[in-house]
Amino acid sequence: MTRFVLRRIVQTLIVLLVMSFVIYSLIGLMPGDPIDIMIASNPNIAPDVAANLRKIYGLDQPLLLRYWHWLMSALSGDLGYSRTHSQPVLHMLLPALWQTCKLLVTSFILSVLLSFGLGILAARKPGGIVDGLISLAAFAGISVPVFWLALMMILVFAVELHWFPASGIATVGDGGLRDQVVHLVMPVTTLALATTGGFTRYVRASMIEVLRLDLVRTARAKGAGEMRVVMVHAFRNALIPVVTIMALSFGVLFNGALLTETMFAQPGMGKMIYDAILGNDFNLALSGLLFATLVTLLSNLAADLAYGWLDPRISLQ
Amino acid sequence: MTAAAIDQGGTDAAVSPWQLRWRRFRRHRAGMASLIVLALLVLFALAAFPMQRFMGLDPNATDLFSRFDPPSASHWLGTDEAGRDTLIRLMVGGQISLLVGLLATGIGGIVGLIVGVCAGYFGGRLDALLMRFTDGMIALPLLPLLIVLGAIDLTKLGFSREFAHSGAAGFWRIIVIIAIVDWTAIARLVRAATLSIKERDYVRAARASGAGPVYVMAAHILPNVATPIIVAFTLTVGRVVLFESVLSFLGFGIVPPTPSWGNMLNNAQELITTAPALAVYPGLLIFVTVIAVNFLGDGLQHAFDPRSQK
Repeated sequence: MTRFVLRRIVQTLIVLLVMSFVIYSLIGLMPGDPIDIMIASNPNIAPDVAANLRKIYGLDQPLLLRYWHWLMSALSGDLGYSRTHSQPVLHMLLPALWQTCKLLVTSFILSVLLSFGLGILAARKPGGIVDGLISLAAFAGISVPVFWLALMMILVFAVELHWFPASGIATVGDGGLRDQVVHLVMPVTTLALATTGGFTRYVRASMIEVLRLDLVRTARAKGAGEMRVVMVHAFRNALIPVVTIMALSFGVLFNGALLTETMFAQPGMGKMIYDAILGNDFNLALSGLLFATLVTLLSNLAADLAYGWLDPRISLQ
Repeated sequence: MTAAAIDQGGTDAAVSPWQLRWRRFRRHRAGMASLIVLALLVLFALAAFPMQRFMGLDPNATDLFSRFDPPSASHWLGTDEAGRDTLIRLMVGGQISLLVGLLATGIGGIVGLIVGVCAGYFGGRLDALLMRFTDGMIALPLLPLLIVLGAIDLTKLGFSREFAHSGAAGFWRIIVIIAIVDWTAIARLVRAATLSIKERDYVRAARASGAGPVYVMAAHILPNVATPIIVAFTLTVGRVVLFESVLSFLGFGIVPPTPSWGNMLNNAQELITTAPALAVYPGLLIFVTVIAVNFLGDGLQHAFDPRSQK
């Protein structure tokens, strides 16, 4: 077990290292460089001064060398300065992550509950009317473009009905708990609706599989009530593959979070990365992307470990 | 009755596997319905050519005196914020979105096919390396990565300035970057199938009689993984259409004035109070396309799985 965990951690670190180089190189391929941006805000900089500045900042050095310098300072905790926000990148990551966590965790819980309910309901009579309706809804959830769903939510619930605010995380001058919750309703619902579809299909498929097993027949034969058979005997066994898939879907959830945050103007990781790329804020984009990758890799690691822990039949060697 | 006739249910003598699959598919109502919907969507997109020719509509002709016109005889769905005809832009945008979906899936699918079949067939170090790489790709937050890839300055890669800013570059760029990112599902599928097929006796016999790896892959392995791949391809098209729309919407995909269903929504959020209809149509078309593609995939899976009964 310890060996397995160690091996997975080492693997995760290697992937992270490789990704840091890939992302570093990609960011370098974005239009312009920091000196170009300086020139744009002050066109009087002479070409030789610009060349000199590039030299001072090491922008004339080969890619590998620049990456090495960046890696060393990143490892010592210096992620550089955000150009657009004029503060150290490190100070921006945590508040943004906290904001994203609020959105992700609430919508994740909501969609897990919804998908368990719907999936179990559908699995009880595969091919029936209830199953057909739930499957249709699940397909709709998988197929809807998240940003358009957000647009439609804004159109209906903010523009037409005025039930919820269209953007932001709090009203200026208010900011109480109630106000914050009201601002979270639409982003959370949008993200939850978009993720519930896929989850429901997994729960349904897994439940149908388990309900065919002998253990279910045995439980019925021993006189267990239908509720007990479904919720205790079948559900526990159906849970194992579902939990793994849900934990592995963090990357997909993050995609959704980027879009919902951008659409509803929530200052989380996703919107931060998007704005940083749009605004040529190289340090912030690089660190944000790596941070998102790290969190995704960690959640995958957790999924692997949870799998072994939930199912004693699987040995992790 | 002969034994063969009994096997076929006694109806007719010989039915090919593909005929059987087609029969099973026809009984899958959602699958059939989505096939029809998709055919209609393709017709809708192609209708842009006669519309342009006979009604004299130009998808890029702006007319600032008729912005946000309501539906009329000359503009059936009205006009957008630059006075362009909404219907013709939806049609041309459909061509772009569907073409990107098919091409990116095709290219990414070929990459996945090659990676998967090589990993599965040769095994060992190559397999370990390719699969760790695939796992790494699967673990990544794809959308931010796609945005970075979409933001890349092509001139820094050695392309000429004229090409980097042309419409063709925008079109091919989005196809290539989606293909770079979305090949992993097919690679894994093909690898798993290859692993099981390469140990079969007929493959061993072929190898024993001197068949090289390329021949074995092409003649024995690929035909046997065809059905799961068709299903995976179909589902990938849906995902790619979504990726295209998101990237174009965020401004990193198809660049206006060339319309795509995604970039027609660029200004939708600011204009949502002025022209809510403009926010509805393109998204609805994306939604219908992707849902139909997904149901088609479901129907195909059903038809290709000999164990499924309905």
